[in-house]
Amino acid sequence: MIDIQGLDVVFGHGNKAFHAVRNVSLAVEKGQSFGLVGESGSGKTTVLRALAGLLDRVAAVSGVMTVAGETLQQQRSQAFRRHVQMVFQDPYGSLHPRHTVDTILSEPARVHKLDRIEERVVAALEEVGLNASFRFRYPHQISGGQRQRVSVARALITDPDIVLLDEPTSALDVSVQAEVLNLLMRLKREHGLTYVLVSHNLAVVAHVCETLSVMQNGGIVETMSVQQLREHSSTMPYTRQLMTASLGYDRGAIDAFEEFGQ
Amino acid sequence: MMDAALLRVEELHVSYNTPTGLVQAVKGVSFELGREKLGIVGESGSGKSQTGRAILGLTAPGGEVRARRIEFEGTDLLHADRRTMRHIRGAGISMIMQDPKYSLNPVMTVGKQIEEAFLVHSKDSKREAYRRTLEMLRAVKIREPDRVYRAYPHEVSGGMGQRIMIAMMMIPEPSIIIADEPTSALDVTVQLQVLAVLDDMISERGMGLIFISHDLNLIASFCDRILIMYGGQVMEECNAAELHRARHPYTRGLLDCLPRLGGSQHELSVLRRDPAWLETRGETS
Repeated sequence: MIDIQGLDVVFGHGNKAFHAVRNVSLAVEKGQSFGLVGESGSGKTTVLRALAGLLDRVAAVSGVMTVAGETLQQQRSQAFRRHVQMVFQDPYGSLHPRHTVDTILSEPARVHKLDRIEERVVAALEEVGLNASFRFRYPHQISGGQRQRVSVARALITDPDIVLLDEPTSALDVSVQAEVLNLLMRLKREHGLTYVLVSHNLAVVAHVCETLSVMQNGGIVETMSVQQLREHSSTMPYTRQLMTASLGYDRGAIDAFEEFGQ
Repeated sequence: MMDAALLRVEELHVSYNTPTGLVQAVKGVSFELGREKLGIVGESGSGKSQTGRAILGLTAPGGEVRARRIEFEGTDLLHADRRTMRHIRGAGISMIMQDPKYSLNPVMTVGKQIEEAFLVHSKDSKREAYRRTLEMLRAVKIREPDRVYRAYPHEVSGGMGQRIMIAMMMIPEPSIIIADEPTSALDVTVQLQVLAVLDDMISERGMGLIFISHDLNLIASFCDRILIMYGGQVMEECNAAELHRARHPYTRGLLDCLPRLGGSQHELSVLRRDPAWLETRGETS
C-alpha cells in the first residue's frame, strides 16, 4: 500500500542545511498499522509530512514514494489527496477556531466535489461517537477528546484508505486516550484502513500497530514486529534503552543510560 | 516516614468566581508531607496544580483560598504576611514548573539567574554566590559548568534547562520542593535522567517533594506515596508500591485504561465516571 525508498529530507541550504531524514525506507501493507517511534528531533513526523506532501515547498525531499501503486509526484494528485488523510497531534491547533464543526467537516467534502454532504457529515460524526447536535458548535465549545474525534471525523469524510496519525493522543488525558485509541481500532476494522502512526509512546504504538520502526537522528535504527518488541528481542542498544525508559523510573537503570548519536 | 511533618494541609479549598458561576477547583484536600516523595496524580482539571500553587500563595488573582490549616515547619502560611511569604518562597518551599523555556529569564545568563536565587536569600558575597553556583551546576550533573554558567537559556536543551531550574530552586536550600509536571516536556530518557538528579538531591538533603503529574506509571515508580485526585478531591491515598492494589474505582479505571507494552491489542477499558465520587465526603483525616 505504501512503499518508501531512500527518503531524504533536507531543510535549508548550504552550511545551514539540516538533514532531518536520512535514507529512510519502509513498506506498509494494506490494512496494516505501521508505527514510527522516536524521541523529539528523530525525524518521525517529518517522514509523515513528506509522505503527505506537506514539505515540498519548505524542504528538499528526495527518494521514491509509492502509494497504492502510484508513484508520488511533487504535486500530489486529487485522488491521493482524497485517499490519504491526516490527523494531527493538537486538536486545538488543527481545527479552525471560527468555523463550526459542520463547516470543518463539510469543507473536505466540498473540495473533493462529493455529493450528499450533509448526510456524510452526520454519518462521520456518528462514526466517531458524536451525535448530530455537535454540528453547530465551535471547537472551543467542546472538550479536547471531542475535538480529536472531530479531527478523526474530518479525516474520514472523504472515505480514505490511508490515515496518517501524528501523535493523535499525546495531548489527551489517559482516560480520553483510551477512548480515542478504541475508536481508531474500530474504524480500522470496519473500514479496512491502513494507518501510519507516529508516537513517542511505545505502549501506544504496541497497542495499535503490527510493525514499527525506531527512528533516531533522522534514520531508522531498526524495524521490527510489535511481537518482537514485546519479547524484548531487540538487539539494538538504542531500542533497548527506549524500552527500559518507557517502563518507568528505575534509579539503578538510569546510570547505565548512554548518549546516542549527536 | 511521617516523623515530624514538614507541611500540613487541612481542608484546602480553592475557588474561582467566573462569569458562568463559582468554579471549585479544590474541594477539601488534606495531607501531610514528611521527608519523602509525595506524588499527586490526576487528569486535567483534577485540581492537582491548584493544590500546589495554593500552598505557596500563588493562586491566580480572582481565586479564593480557604483552609483549616496550611502549616509549614510551624509557620501558618494562611495568615503569613507578604514578607514572611517572600522568605518562605525559595528558602523554605520552592517550585519547579513544567517548561524551563518559560520559567527562565531569556535575557539573563544562566549563572546570573542562579546567583540571584542564592543572593536573595543570603547575605553572602557575590564571590561566594559564584562559587556556590558552579558547585550547584556540578551537582545537577552538568558536564561543563563554566560554559553553561555563561550561556543564555535559549542556548541549552530542554533537559539541561530543567537541570538549571533544579539548581536554581535548590540553591537557597529549601526544605520542600513542589514540582509541577517538571519533566512532561522532555523525552523519556532525558526525563528519567533529570528525575534521578532530583531524586538524589532530595534524599541526600532530607527534603520533602511534592511531585505533581498526570503520569500514573511515572509517579508509581518515582514516589513513595501517592494522592489520587479527581474533581478537586482526593479519591484515594496509597503507597506507591501498592498502587496496583488500589481500591477506588477511579484509580482502578485510570490504571485499566493505560495501554501496556506487554498487553494485547484488545479493546482498552474505558473509564466510567460515577457522580457519587464527587459527593463531598466528611471522612477526610
